[in-house]
Amino acid sequence: MIRPRTWMLVAIMLLLAAVPPIAALFAQPFYLDLLRRVMIFAIAAVSLNLILGYGGMVSFGHAAYLGIGAYAVGVLAYHGIDNGWLQWAVAIGASALVAAAIGSISVRTSGIYFIMITLAFTQMLYYLGISIEEYGGDDGMRLGVRSQFTGLIDLNDPTAFYYLVFAILVLFLYLTHRLVNSRFGLVLQAVRSNEARTRAIGFSPYPYRLAAFVISGAMCGLAGALLVNQTAYLTPEFMNWTRSGELMFMVILGGIATTAGPLLGAAALLLLEDVLQGSSLLPKWVNDHWQLYLGVILILVVLFARRGLAGLLPGRERND
Amino acid sequence: MNLVLFLEQTLNGLQLGVMLFLMAAGLTLVFGIMNLVNLAHGSLYMVGAYLATYFYQATGSFALGVLLGLSGTLVVGIVVELVALRTLYERDHLDQVLATFGLILFFNELIAILWGRSAIFATMPPELSGHVELIGGLRYPLYRLAIIVVGLAVACLLWYVVGRTRLGMLIRAGASNRTMVAALGVNIRLLYTVVFGFGAALAGLAGLMAGPIHVVQPGMGELVLIDVFVVIVIGGIGSIRGAFAAALIVGMVDTMGRAFLKPMLALVISPVAADTAGPALASMLIYLLMAAVLAVRPEGLFPSRGS
Repeated sequence: MIRPRTWMLVAIMLLLAAVPPIAALFAQPFYLDLLRRVMIFAIAAVSLNLILGYGGMVSFGHAAYLGIGAYAVGVLAYHGIDNGWLQWAVAIGASALVAAAIGSISVRTSGIYFIMITLAFTQMLYYLGISIEEYGGDDGMRLGVRSQFTGLIDLNDPTAFYYLVFAILVLFLYLTHRLVNSRFGLVLQAVRSNEARTRAIGFSPYPYRLAAFVISGAMCGLAGALLVNQTAYLTPEFMNWTRSGELMFMVILGGIATTAGPLLGAAALLLLEDVLQGSSLLPKWVNDHWQLYLGVILILVVLFARRGLAGLLPGRERND
Repeated sequence: MNLVLFLEQTLNGLQLGVMLFLMAAGLTLVFGIMNLVNLAHGSLYMVGAYLATYFYQATGSFALGVLLGLSGTLVVGIVVELVALRTLYERDHLDQVLATFGLILFFNELIAILWGRSAIFATMPPELSGHVELIGGLRYPLYRLAIIVVGLAVACLLWYVVGRTRLGMLIRAGASNRTMVAALGVNIRLLYTVVFGFGAALAGLAGLMAGPIHVVQPGMGELVLIDVFVVIVIGGIGSIRGAFAAALIVGMVDTMGRAFLKPMLALVISPVAADTAGPALASMLIYLLMAAVLAVRPEGLFPSRGS
């Protein structure tokens, strides 16, 4: 039986798939750009949801992998290697390696220690990015050539790039769905609900949590590779801790541990930011100081909308 | 390495250490007692710096500026506790992180509305500017010396209040078992508000002292905040003693790393490579220190007893 919630997700995806022709029809390429950005952050949020939602690991440093993915592409391009396959493979591999290193220390801890350690490690990478003058230091540097997939796809074509991001998003949504409902995912969720009982029935939580942490980091690394191609600019700001906070907010806003949540959250946050910042319908004092209102909205969402946007969708999420 | 330079850097490290301690003391208490992750602690530091600078310029008296700045931060802290944070104590850490993250955005923007986005100029009081001659011909800025003295004095005061008074007894009891303290008939809500206000005032004190030697601008709190997190994680969350030790260690390691890592690396590797690696490594040093401490002692150096 197909549940109403699945239909809803399918409808959202169809809508996203229909954006390029519609944007072309109304000659509004800006929306193509905005929604591509939304989907890239949705991919990052999906990866964070895997550990934060299903694994109960509140990572406050997920922007690190966005940064590593972006730096992998940017640095290789800087040295003249613009083969996309190689760049993206390095982005994913490097993110997985760093996630394994950070995870091996932080996954041992829990609660507040976990939050602060992931934050501190990301901060460390952020300062590393700032201090390497060769790659632009804190100013960052332009990405001269986007990742090249000769003969297959041209990322300079906005529509082709859009559909590539779309395909990766669909793939990742499907993969996480399969993953969290697999034996591995069930153990991961069991550890989140009750670590002591999970131990008692014979599972050691550490390898499961670490594996989830590494998978999540690798997925987010790919999002970073996409992001630097989107902006065509490499900057340590990708790893800024406020970016990690935004990713967390996307997951919470959308509804944690739900399939559609990260996508809804990313869309809601980025569109909200865009409206607050640039909408001519709002008075200028809102546009100028949009972060003030965003802050208040954030606090209100946390205090009152506890199940997130996915909680508004019909039916119950099986993974609740 | 000459001795005078070394002495000067030691004092700088001490000064950074006591500043970090002032922030960490409040944050670690708020966490230990209310079980609240407060990212907005850095905002209180910023509020302290702005209020003191504003009142100093308005009244022309440094002492009055400090007094009004401190009490202003205390009031802001109490209002924030009453309005936003009170409902968060029973929530999980995730909600707390996000709501206080929202508070940061709010405060940074509010300050930008009131005083503009660019840095404002905070002046040193004339009585405290200038240098003093210390042993070995070292001339050290009087203001920084004053910060060290104030910081150490506050540390002593905290040790006395927490260790020797009835309020301190309640704080310690609250840190080890909140439910029991409430069951014994202590007004735990009032205790929370007092502790939070106390922590806010300490953060404000750190901020207003930092004003004249760092930049006063929106977002200044977050740079310090993350270092303070490193301090309380190393020290063991909820422990004032741990916060003090860790603050001094982090202050020293950071200052020494920035001063001496590059020349020391230059002895081992080529000077050009040291030029790049030195600053990069120096800015990562305290995080590496934290990772090393946690790998050996996951609860920090001085874990607070109790649940």
